[in-house]
Amino acid sequence: MKVNDLLLKSGERGERAEAAPVAEARAAVAGRKSVFSFFTSLFSGKATFPHGIHPEYHKETGSLPIRRMAFAPRLIVPLSQHIGKPAVCCVSVGQEVSRGQVIATADGFVSLPVHAPATGVVEAIGVMPSANGKMVESVTIRVYEADSQQVLVSAPRSDDEIAAMDKQTLLAAIQQTGISGLGGATFPAHVKLSVPPEVAIDTLVVNGAECEPFLTCDHRVMVERTRDLIRGIGYALRISGAPRAIIGVEDNKPDAIAAIRAALPADGSIAVQALETKYPQGAEDTIIYALLGREIPAGQRPASIGVLVNNVMTLAYLGRLLPAGEGIVERVLTVAGPGVEKPGNYIVPIGTPLRFLLEQVGARSNAGEVILGGPMMGMTISSLDVPVTKGTSGVLAFGKAQLPEEAPRVYACIKCGECLKACPKFLNPSQLGLLAAKREYEEMAERYNLDRCFECGCCSYVCPSHIPLVQQFRIAKAVNREKAST
Amino acid sequence: MSMELRTSPHLVGDRSVERIMKHVVLSLLPICGFSVWQYGLSALALLLTVTATCLATERLFNRAAKQPSTLNDWSAVITGVLLALTLPPAFPLWMAVVAGFVAIAIGKALFGGLGSNVFNPALIGRAFVQAAFPVAITTWVPAFSAQRFSEFVPTTLTAPLMMPPDIVEWVKLQAVDAFTGATPLARWKFENVVASSHDLLTGVVTASAGETSAILILLCGAYLAARKFMDWRIPVAVLGSAALTAWLFQLYDPAHFPAPTFVLLSGGLMLGAVYMATDMATSPVTPLGVWIYGALIGVVTVMIRYFGGLTEGVMYAILLGNALTPLIDRYTQPRVFGTRQQGKKK
Repeated sequence: MKVNDLLLKSGERGERAEAAPVAEARAAVAGRKSVFSFFTSLFSGKATFPHGIHPEYHKETGSLPIRRMAFAPRLIVPLSQHIGKPAVCCVSVGQEVSRGQVIATADGFVSLPVHAPATGVVEAIGVMPSANGKMVESVTIRVYEADSQQVLVSAPRSDDEIAAMDKQTLLAAIQQTGISGLGGATFPAHVKLSVPPEVAIDTLVVNGAECEPFLTCDHRVMVERTRDLIRGIGYALRISGAPRAIIGVEDNKPDAIAAIRAALPADGSIAVQALETKYPQGAEDTIIYALLGREIPAGQRPASIGVLVNNVMTLAYLGRLLPAGEGIVERVLTVAGPGVEKPGNYIVPIGTPLRFLLEQVGARSNAGEVILGGPMMGMTISSLDVPVTKGTSGVLAFGKAQLPEEAPRVYACIKCGECLKACPKFLNPSQLGLLAAKREYEEMAERYNLDRCFECGCCSYVCPSHIPLVQQFRIAKAVNREKAST
Repeated sequence: MSMELRTSPHLVGDRSVERIMKHVVLSLLPICGFSVWQYGLSALALLLTVTATCLATERLFNRAAKQPSTLNDWSAVITGVLLALTLPPAFPLWMAVVAGFVAIAIGKALFGGLGSNVFNPALIGRAFVQAAFPVAITTWVPAFSAQRFSEFVPTTLTAPLMMPPDIVEWVKLQAVDAFTGATPLARWKFENVVASSHDLLTGVVTASAGETSAILILLCGAYLAARKFMDWRIPVAVLGSAALTAWLFQLYDPAHFPAPTFVLLSGGLMLGAVYMATDMATSPVTPLGVWIYGALIGVVTVMIRYFGGLTEGVMYAILLGNALTPLIDRYTQPRVFGTRQQGKKK
């Protein structure tokens, strides 16, 4: 190996990770390949972030095509499936609704309408249990079994019509689709896309990392709905004013990267970048760092460094529903876990009760633990009578047999430092845990940056003493919040 | 139907305290084997006695504190084996029992057990017997004596509370060539004789039970580091700073100060750097702190060896490093993500 190569190799980690996508995208925007991007492409650039963990990924469902799930006899549709004001119900008990019809309207700008996920009749309107244990106002629809369940309410728009719309009309049209952040954040899509005029966004980061184990719905959507995704990115670029978009995809999904690459528009405004398969590659901080080498300043939003981040699922649905003029009535989600006989990715109507969903996929009796979302950040639910909502990206079931007999023994912290090497925020979970044990919650926040923790779970995962660090941090944050409010 | 309710993360890694400790014990076995091969029955008896004492003491304090047994975390085994390896091979067994008891009782249990101890327990035990039995701890025996597998060295079986017998005559009977009764470090300090690197590497020198072969310790440590059961940065920092310090002194006065290789390979530095300084509970956790801690130990070791009254300085250097660990951790907190200087923004 020549000295030059050695130099390049040693600089690879820091330099390439930061510079390659930027250079690539810049070159793409300019419509020519620069010498620099030629060099960086020699290293088959795999962008990444420091720290993080490598759990077992269990992505077996990634090779299975998306299938449609049957309609449950009853759908429970909560009026608040997004962050913001709940929608206002505009139907009454006994009223017939058609699939796609608005059953609740948005209450102001930071709110979303709710559409009927199936043709049927409104059976009840009232509080029902939701996934996080809270009772929320919901509309229960009894589904007409004999109905064909076509989406009956739509207002298709041609590309020319959309191109002629001004920004405000476009935002209003997006709000009408009812799309919230489908990665799980559930922030209304149109609010996220409406960038204040004084903020300049230079890059739209499209998050296709899907770093959570088990989940593969983003993967399948990237492969099967690539055109929707590219169209959605086009809309997002237009509204945000960003000149370019980079789609970040973990390199355990080569078929998704290939599919996207084949569908990229010729003008070079959109690029795709392979990311190292590492958890939590798909967190906002980490994916921006991996792709652009920028850190979001503590406590600020990505817009402060000129970046907007959107999930691939959100943009793919945007690219599908905006031209169709429909509301979101279903979503693709992953059903998996050792307690499921037919794991896979399913198109599931919003409001489908989990009990029905798990029966359909042959959940083995005695589901011992059911997780909504991924296994690293998802939450367990106490009842199967809660519905799938817009933010549900996965349902994981573990049978009684797969659960450990008893929790592993918790030892004292042996200060091995593994958590420091895992924390993507460079915190000191070891010290935070020791303070939490002494209930010194204020010290945790003031001296050890407790509030920067986003509960990704890396520290708990690596801890050889099995200390429930994340749980302790949640308690500490809650106590601090309570203190601050009184 | 009852549903399990838990908080995320729902996956856990495959590392556990027991697993880490077991691997450390496993990696120590070749060093123990080499020691027994060199010194025979006496070394074997020493290893078993100290380890058994450590385990018994651990259990005793579990009982006293009315807590479940912590024997199965394997940490007491490590303390026992490491302590035995730092003692002279023919150390009287009753003194070894004292060393083992002090290591666990004062070095660990009184602080609150695994993770709460401030100092490396094995070194606490060794420091205690060094102060209590200055003659026995510097009585060395030749390796590879002919009867090492058929009889004990006379000092090993000293009656409890008795001082060990003089073994000068016994050593003469063994008729091992070139045995001087002094460690390479002592010979350098008092006679200005520098042992060859080859002897130090392969372990054919006078030393404690497990400190003879530098290359074996390095190999075992490399295994641990490769499996990520040990922080490689600490031995690198310790050995690196010791070598650098020794090199500077040699530049200043080559006639008086030995080569860095001698400093690295002699005495307990290798075992200390690889197995003692890396004790997780008593070393810093922060990335910068680890380097400061290791460098400090390396420099202090050389300073004690060159300018102190003792021939060996690793033990006190590590104990000093242990004492400073909380302070080092406190002032080397990692830079939190998102607090980079704005000027560097791309």
